[in-house]
Amino acid sequence: MAGWNDRKTSKYVGQKVTRVDGPAKATGRAKYTFDIVLPGMLYGVMLRSPHASAKITKLDTSAAEKMPGVKAVVTIAGVNSTLRYHGQEIAAVAAVTEELAKDAVRAIVVEYEKQPHSVRTEMAAKIADRKDAQPSMIPEGEVADALKSAAATIEATYSVPIRLHTSLESHGSVCKWDGDALTTWCSTQAVHGVKEGMAANQGIAQDKSHVICEYMGGGFGSKFGPGVEGSVCATLAKKAGAPVKLMCDRAGEQLATGNGPDGFAEVKAGASADGKLTVVKANLFGTGGNSSRWGLEYPYIYHAEKRDVSMTGVRVNCGSQAALRAPMHPQACALTEMMIDELAYKLNMDPVEFRLKNQSSQLREAQFRMGAQMIGWDKRNMSPGKSKARFVRGMGVATGKWGGGGGPGSQVQVVVNSDGTVLSKVGTQDLGTGTRTYVASIVAEDLGIDIDRVKAMIGDSALGYSGGSGGSTTTASLAPAVKTAAQAARAQLFAKAAEMLSTTPDSLDARDNKVFVAADPSKSVKFTELCARLGAQPIVANGQFDGSLQQGGVAGVQFAEVEVDMWTGHVQPIKVVAVQDCGYAINRLAAESQLIGGVIQGIAMALFEGRKMDEHTGRCLNPDMENYKLPGPMEMPEIIPVIYDTHDKVAGIGEPAVIPTAGAVANAVYNASGLRIRHLPIVPKRMMEAMA
Amino acid sequence: MADEIREETKKGLSRRQFLRGVGAAAATATVVGAVAFRPKTDEPKQGPKTDLDAIPGAVPVSLKVNGKTHQLNLEPRVTLLDALRERLQLTGAKKICDMGNCGGCTVYMDGKPIYACLKLAVDSQGHDIETIESLAPEGKMTPLQQAFVDHDALQCGFCTPGFVMSVNHLLKTNPNPTLDDVKQACCGNICRCGTYTRIFEAALAAAKARKGAF
Repeated sequence: MAGWNDRKTSKYVGQKVTRVDGPAKATGRAKYTFDIVLPGMLYGVMLRSPHASAKITKLDTSAAEKMPGVKAVVTIAGVNSTLRYHGQEIAAVAAVTEELAKDAVRAIVVEYEKQPHSVRTEMAAKIADRKDAQPSMIPEGEVADALKSAAATIEATYSVPIRLHTSLESHGSVCKWDGDALTTWCSTQAVHGVKEGMAANQGIAQDKSHVICEYMGGGFGSKFGPGVEGSVCATLAKKAGAPVKLMCDRAGEQLATGNGPDGFAEVKAGASADGKLTVVKANLFGTGGNSSRWGLEYPYIYHAEKRDVSMTGVRVNCGSQAALRAPMHPQACALTEMMIDELAYKLNMDPVEFRLKNQSSQLREAQFRMGAQMIGWDKRNMSPGKSKARFVRGMGVATGKWGGGGGPGSQVQVVVNSDGTVLSKVGTQDLGTGTRTYVASIVAEDLGIDIDRVKAMIGDSALGYSGGSGGSTTTASLAPAVKTAAQAARAQLFAKAAEMLSTTPDSLDARDNKVFVAADPSKSVKFTELCARLGAQPIVANGQFDGSLQQGGVAGVQFAEVEVDMWTGHVQPIKVVAVQDCGYAINRLAAESQLIGGVIQGIAMALFEGRKMDEHTGRCLNPDMENYKLPGPMEMPEIIPVIYDTHDKVAGIGEPAVIPTAGAVANAVYNASGLRIRHLPIVPKRMMEAMA
Repeated sequence: MADEIREETKKGLSRRQFLRGVGAAAATATVVGAVAFRPKTDEPKQGPKTDLDAIPGAVPVSLKVNGKTHQLNLEPRVTLLDALRERLQLTGAKKICDMGNCGGCTVYMDGKPIYACLKLAVDSQGHDIETIESLAPEGKMTPLQQAFVDHDALQCGFCTPGFVMSVNHLLKTNPNPTLDDVKQACCGNICRCGTYTRIFEAALAAAKARKGAF
């Protein structure tokens, strides 16, 4: 199998390619699930629990069923059901308008018997039974001795908050039945996951379940199956005998469709005078919400000579966690990097040099050196906290790792028609990462034709099986299959061209919409003429995964510069240099955009985001976009994305991009101000408290 | 522009209270509404053709959108955004926060950007509404839209129409914006994928390409 295209000669693959669906998105023509309007379509609205913990003692939908315009009511919970979090689904209504459906939801009578709840991790952890925590593998005395003999030690607690995915297109779907066949338009990152999930929950065969997702407005790890909202939408549509659109409203989206877990680290750590991390003792805890599944790697990528780490997941009365862009890595990274940074300053060592002494990757070392040079690391603040100036600047650093890489399962078909049109068909969805673009560009490259000749058909379960988009594996799984299909189509095309040019297929090459003899380009045939000869036998070429085109395992280093207003505690990001390996970048423009996006989400984690729960009522205080803070245009620094070239196999970049930023920003705040804020997000209030 | 949006926000925040009031009044208004307010359509009036024609409490609403006047039958509580999206199928404006926080629903009213989620359709009568669909009616992108594509100023694309509308208005009123001007103009828009810096590049490139002439 041919490897990926040489960037010195390629036109599209390995280059910067603008998105083939850019015009549809920039003009508003792109149709997302939320935008689907079908004739006779009804609107579904969900009733959700107002309580964090309660038993339902009465549930009466009879009045709602009689409300004007109501076509179907379904219950999800019942009498005696236990509700475990604010926002949990109870019932849903489908009516001719959303407004009428909302009226009917209000007419559903529910009585609750409230029960005790716990909604805050740190409080739940105090009373949690920690017997499930991993037992220490190191005798108590050894850790104490190591701490005693360390040249520098720290003892501190660090934390990162629960973050909400806040996908701009909420979870939801449009469901339409034709007899026992179901068509679902779904905002998803797993077209086939929804297809199979819908078949299972509706009790139909998988071949009766058709799922379409042409465009989707963000998922970040939270959109893999049909979800409660999807299943309920299908049930409402069946009951009403009409198509139903049920998109979560913003509150429902924030409360019940997933969240990124928090993390707390109670740490004692020590280092030797020559900069070796000699001991890390840490009690870690956090919550998966309505599930106690929780865990992270500590001290992340660093090697500690003695490591004693216990881990406890606590259950709280909140919605369940979902994967959130590099699940648990930004948390592990920030909790580790703040601690490592603190030790480096205690040792009076360059924070970069201290890190390099405690990790072994040459790739990462090279990234540290490159990033340091690009941001001007030697110009960082050498005396944090000493300045009397109002505005102070500083720099911080952090590093991450990720798996990525791909696997088998994506079906690809390339069709070349006699009129010169080319189709590249895959079932996979495009999360905004640029999938549709490389599905076209890989084929255009290998057939030597303009990319606008290739129509990429994606996001439809009828186009063939494909996996979900998780773990930054989509490109590394799919692109090799597109490549093999493109190569197979190229071989068929060259066989035809060889006949016309009286030569052998292996002597041919293709470029500029022509197939030509490589040794004598004057002997050529136009692509369209070649296609015209196909007649009633269009080229149909299938592709499958080729492991030699992908490889997992990447590293990234980010440097951040911030400015702190010492009078107000406001932190303004100034510059971020993000150096990230992703193997072979198929589209460098989209890869850079991913990297920029990761940095911005990392800034959000460092300075803005955090779900707030009220312990007294058990309710979430900010299930909206008013009080759940996200950074806007004014908070943006200059961002320098650096795709760090390593090998020539595809790895994936979506998730690694987000990992180091929050730690780097938090450390930059210290370097600027001399204030060590150990709890994210670093909001002005925390800065002011630290100054007081 | 940011100030205008904030102004709209202040005015519009009473919507939820308004909705509550309408909900209570809906039952009594039902009978009267259905009979008294028949929708104005060009079709022969032979009773309700679809459920949408028979919504209790609905009133005739005339909306001028992208130069075309539409006669709709809507409850007074229906937002301009929902009317545009669900009834006129102009779905470029997106419903995201539905509370005037994110700018995904930005449209122009009499040439000024507003949040369509904070404006009732009934209150939008007598005004010129322009949606993103009006910018490239024949499918040919404006130079600004082309700049968004060229600079990869979009990822999932869900916030994109809102940003295009905000920047487009900026370039109309300030043909030579600085980076700060662009940031200010987009202050009412939220992007979750993290595309802001690309958007700034696209806006400045589009302005530069026009050399101040919009």
